Amino acid sequence: MTVPLLDIRELCLGLAVGRSVVRPLLKDVSFQIMPGEAYGLVGESGSGKSVTSLAVMGLLKKPLAVSGGEILFKGENLLALPKRAMRRLRGNRIAMIFQEPMTALNPLSTIGRQIAEMFVLHQGKNWDEAQELAVEALMSVRVPNPDRRARNYPHQMSGGLRQRVMIAMALACNPDLLIADEPTTALDVTVQAEVLRLIKELCAERGTAVLFISHDLGVIASICQRVGVMYAGCLVEENETRALFTDPRHEYTRGLLGALPRFGSRSQHGRQRLVDIDSIIADRSKLVETRFIAPRCAEEGSRS
Amino acid sequence: MLRFTLRRTLQIIPTVVVVAMLIFVIFSVVPGTFAASLFADGKRAADPQMIARLNEEFGLNKPLMERFATYVTDLAQFDLGTSFRTRQPVIDLINDRIWASLQLAIAAMAFALVVGVPLGFLAALRPGSVLDTVTMIGAVSGLSMPQFWLGLLMMYIFALQLNWLPSFGYGDGSFRNLILPAVTLGVTPLALLARTTRAGVLDVLNADFIRTAHSKGMSEAKVVRWHVARNALVLIVTTLGLQFGSLIGQAVVIEKLFAWPGIGSLLVDSVASRDIPVVQGTILIIVLWFLVINTAVDLIYAAIDPRIKQE
Repeated sequence: MTVPLLDIRELCLGLAVGRSVVRPLLKDVSFQIMPGEAYGLVGESGSGKSVTSLAVMGLLKKPLAVSGGEILFKGENLLALPKRAMRRLRGNRIAMIFQEPMTALNPLSTIGRQIAEMFVLHQGKNWDEAQELAVEALMSVRVPNPDRRARNYPHQMSGGLRQRVMIAMALACNPDLLIADEPTTALDVTVQAEVLRLIKELCAERGTAVLFISHDLGVIASICQRVGVMYAGCLVEENETRALFTDPRHEYTRGLLGALPRFGSRSQHGRQRLVDIDSIIADRSKLVETRFIAPRCAEEGSRS
Repeated sequence: MLRFTLRRTLQIIPTVVVVAMLIFVIFSVVPGTFAASLFADGKRAADPQMIARLNEEFGLNKPLMERFATYVTDLAQFDLGTSFRTRQPVIDLINDRIWASLQLAIAAMAFALVVGVPLGFLAALRPGSVLDTVTMIGAVSGLSMPQFWLGLLMMYIFALQLNWLPSFGYGDGSFRNLILPAVTLGVTPLALLARTTRAGVLDVLNADFIRTAHSKGMSEAKVVRWHVARNALVLIVTTLGLQFGSLIGQAVVIEKLFAWPGIGSLLVDSVASRDIPVVQGTILIIVLWFLVINTAVDLIYAAIDPRIKQE
């Protein structure tokens, strides 16, 4: 068996005041990503998908802090890495695409320059060389007229184009791992499909592993080989994508799948109602402590 | 950019025309005349014949429309009229004073800029630190302190007690004479600049693209230099422009206090004696100054932010 590229072991994090964690948000999250593999994390808003990815990037902002566990990248614990060494990895070996293409780019800087920064930072190029490489990077994400586009500012581009720019930027240094945090959520459906295909193809071409975060099971299914389901700060189920859909093991996953509309599916009553997950807002801190999932699962019986 | 510059510059002209008209209308309806003010010591009644003669001489008894026509035609030839009091061309009076005023305003603004912006920046980068707390307390004190009192205090300490600097006057126009009035005048814009810079930088630091910058593996210093600085500049330039424009007006108190021969004291003296041509001319110059600063700010905006040129 090969060594995993990313190995997250019992990661705990939460809101911290001083050194003590006052409100846990993630509890014992463990999963592994193999080199070149596409791994999906699904879950509802606030289930801890994004904080997990930010923890990997080392971009957690106060008052969020890791309180336990390890994040091993190629066998090296990122949490123990000095700041400078972490900066050399960030963007270079582990890159990230964010949800909001509209605001994720600096509005006062040309996109060519913003991509070029990657080459200046990590490959020691001068600005002229970096600018040329930026044009090539734009070409690789199939932006038409890359020469002219490199001189554009973000406000001159559509959301889909901007997300392509983000992808070009993230893949500029050929990272080993690409973290994509809901990269298509803010885009309309046709553009979404294009961007997804682009990520899939480019990463397959370059052998880049992907950690794909989404609340959309359909999107995850189209891109990932394995999926982890997160709920209230815990990884409640992990499986091959196909197996997850055909044989969900956890109540919450079943709930999620039931809530998915399917084309042409009907019950004997003519129309099928989508199952909704009972939305009692549970006290998150208790949930994390006990892994208690029952209050929100329809099939767990006693619904108060 | 050239077209934008040209358009913004040409927009000054109609504004000046409207302002000039307004000034004329306002000063033709204010009560009191120059002739009356000459005898306004309250001890003896003004000699009606004397007043009539003066009004005749200055053309004040002509109908309003005729006077307005003269004013506008003179203005079109850059003639601001003649002072009632000194019988000198207004343009000469202003020319004698404006440079001292500009010197004071620019020095005060430079002081505010050089001290206020870096302080605000550092405070924002380390919120809650000692530097941040001290800067913000200082800024609030600076804003709430009356300028004339601060000026007196400075005079007392640096001129009377320490004897480092001259207490008042223009002297031979040396830098030493400029320091006290410029620092006093600069305190308010300094405090405002420090506060807006801090707020602006904090705002930018929370933006999504700063997170993107961090995710690229940039050092803190590079994030600030490459992405924060330029974005924070927009707010700084706004504050700078507004403050700079109004500084000449604000300088009246400081000019009086330090016996600085600026345009502010000329204005106050002329209002008191109803020397209408001088008042009109001075206000027009101040308005012009304001417009020039405003236009400059707009041009700087356009240079900083590519989104503005497109509109």
